[in-house]
Amino acid sequence: MTGLRDRTPEAASPAVTARDLTHTYPGRRRRPPRRGLDGVSFEVAPGTVFGFLGPNGGGKTTLFRILATLLPVSGGAASVAGHDLAAEPLAVRRALGVAFQSPALDLRLTVEENLRHGGHLYGLSGADLAERIDRNLARFSVADRRRDRAEELSGGLRRRVELAKALLHEPRVLLLDEPSTGLDPRARRELWDVLAELAAGGVTVLLTTHFIEEAERCHRLLLLDRGRVVAEGAPEELKRQVGGEVVTLASGDPDGLAAALEADLEAGPATAGQGAPGVLAVAASEASVRLEMSAGEGEGEVGTGAWDLVSRLARRLPGWEERVTAVTVARPTLEDVFLHRTGRPLEAGDADPAEGAP
Amino acid sequence: MSRDSHTAGRGGERGSGRNAERSAGSARSAPWLAAATLWRREIVRFLREPSRVASAAVTPLLFWGLIGSGFSGAFRLPGEGGAADAGDAATGFLEYFYPGTLLLILLFAAIFSTISLIEDRREGFLQGVLAAPVPRLAVVAGKVAGGATLAWLQAAPILLLAPLAGVPWSAASLAAAAGVMVLVAVELAAVGVVFAWRTSSVQGFHAVMNLLLIPLWLLSGAFFPISAAPGWLAAVMRVNPLTFALAALRGALYSAAPATEAAATGLPALAPALLVTGALAVAAFGLAVVVARPPRVT
Repeated sequence: MTGLRDRTPEAASPAVTARDLTHTYPGRRRRPPRRGLDGVSFEVAPGTVFGFLGPNGGGKTTLFRILATLLPVSGGAASVAGHDLAAEPLAVRRALGVAFQSPALDLRLTVEENLRHGGHLYGLSGADLAERIDRNLARFSVADRRRDRAEELSGGLRRRVELAKALLHEPRVLLLDEPSTGLDPRARRELWDVLAELAAGGVTVLLTTHFIEEAERCHRLLLLDRGRVVAEGAPEELKRQVGGEVVTLASGDPDGLAAALEADLEAGPATAGQGAPGVLAVAASEASVRLEMSAGEGEGEVGTGAWDLVSRLARRLPGWEERVTAVTVARPTLEDVFLHRTGRPLEAGDADPAEGAP
Repeated sequence: MSRDSHTAGRGGERGSGRNAERSAGSARSAPWLAAATLWRREIVRFLREPSRVASAAVTPLLFWGLIGSGFSGAFRLPGEGGAADAGDAATGFLEYFYPGTLLLILLFAAIFSTISLIEDRREGFLQGVLAAPVPRLAVVAGKVAGGATLAWLQAAPILLLAPLAGVPWSAASLAAAAGVMVLVAVELAAVGVVFAWRTSSVQGFHAVMNLLLIPLWLLSGAFFPISAAPGWLAAVMRVNPLTFALAALRGALYSAAPATEAAATGLPALAPALLVTGALAVAAFGLAVVVARPPRVT
């Protein structure tokens, strides 16, 4: 407790820290209490784009709500810009810019009125606020809609207005819940340009996401599953930990094919030579079989070991032509990282109890 | 509380010193600014939805016109003498029911305008406010001020019907009544916030209105005088908070001719009624702030 509170805000200290954060949602009628977060710890350096990646129910939303001071810190400790969340919530809120997944806009007010209202809540007013509103509306290309009521805007435009609102007071830490949801590809690109620019200027960006493409663009990632941290690191680093290539064999009978492959692999080494990548795991899913390979020693060309394996298997396995309809060789993705760490795909997962809660 | 997070924020490209100074200055006035902007939002929303302008006043006015006219032959204030004397001096039901109608408009308008809190929560607007560096006191103040203003704006035009109702009016008595209406509107808006903050559905809020607030209004002396009620009911009416609101309203309205009033209705006098209503308004506001406090972990 003491260490976090004594820390004074300075450039070198982390922008956000969390130590052993735990949150339990109280049970309701016919619903047992549920762990939303279970001992989550991390540190975020200033100027980092830091992503929380995980399935729904993984704990992202709970973590987001705790950091936004909307849920109390019931276990562990966390700080934003050097301010402890439990002890100095107002200072934390002043340092934070928050953009919600469902935009916190008043649909009956115009875009400009929404921004002015938001600015007032952060203590901004007058010509200074007007200038900030102009700048941020331009930043997200919504300046031409400033006199339109928010209800007339599409979902994507509302999200952009929400982001413009979150940046009015030039927060040092930006907290975004699923920022790309509902944005078209161009708006998404613009958003990421803005985020990169902010991060380069020293702003720390924390965002929740379940999009792999979005997660790939983060400097660092925290993979969350069932309220626990399953991995943390830069996307490349995480993918390297999985190992070598991943071979995916599309098949009409994945289970049969997987069984045949396993039997075959047990019979003898699939690849030639010492230090060549071997098969670490075989897993059948709905319409394909996944072969996870170990990383080869030395930086080989992409997929050489894998293609070698495929050609050997194709020769040895009876009925290959009928059983395998397509072969894909790829470097591991973050999805593979998640699968590797949890044994479950990223898309699965149950509803987050925080969603829809007040 | 340290303010350095605010002032030491990214200075921006130009005029960082000026900006920092400005933010430091405005940070001090932020609670008032926040309350004012929340209040202003309520007013703007209200003016943009003309259908809402009329709605809260219509039902009570309809009650007044129909019930007031229907009962006018059968109603007599105790102590006003027999049917034979019922001339100009006697209080008709249309007149008796008039202050109660004002109270009902205030009640409807104040309570329904605080329902917006439930919509704000559902639409996600409220969490944006709650995540802002604004003390809950300012959030509640803005919401109560907004609800009270809307209630007053809907009831005030009805004051002009006083002559039609037969109330012995003067400019001073109408001004006094308008002043009391501010107090009552604040009290009722604060009560509305207390209920709306913890209620997740509009339906639940209507239940509170129908099962608690309407009966309280019926037993405030708005509909029939305490002096005409049987003993047990009169006892309930005397401790009903809304009885004091009605007494304050009546007292102010009849300040032009106080002699014809109070004694016959059995209501408290103006001074104690104002005092109790003022105290209740402060208490309801305080309760609203407590209810709106962020959840704390013990």
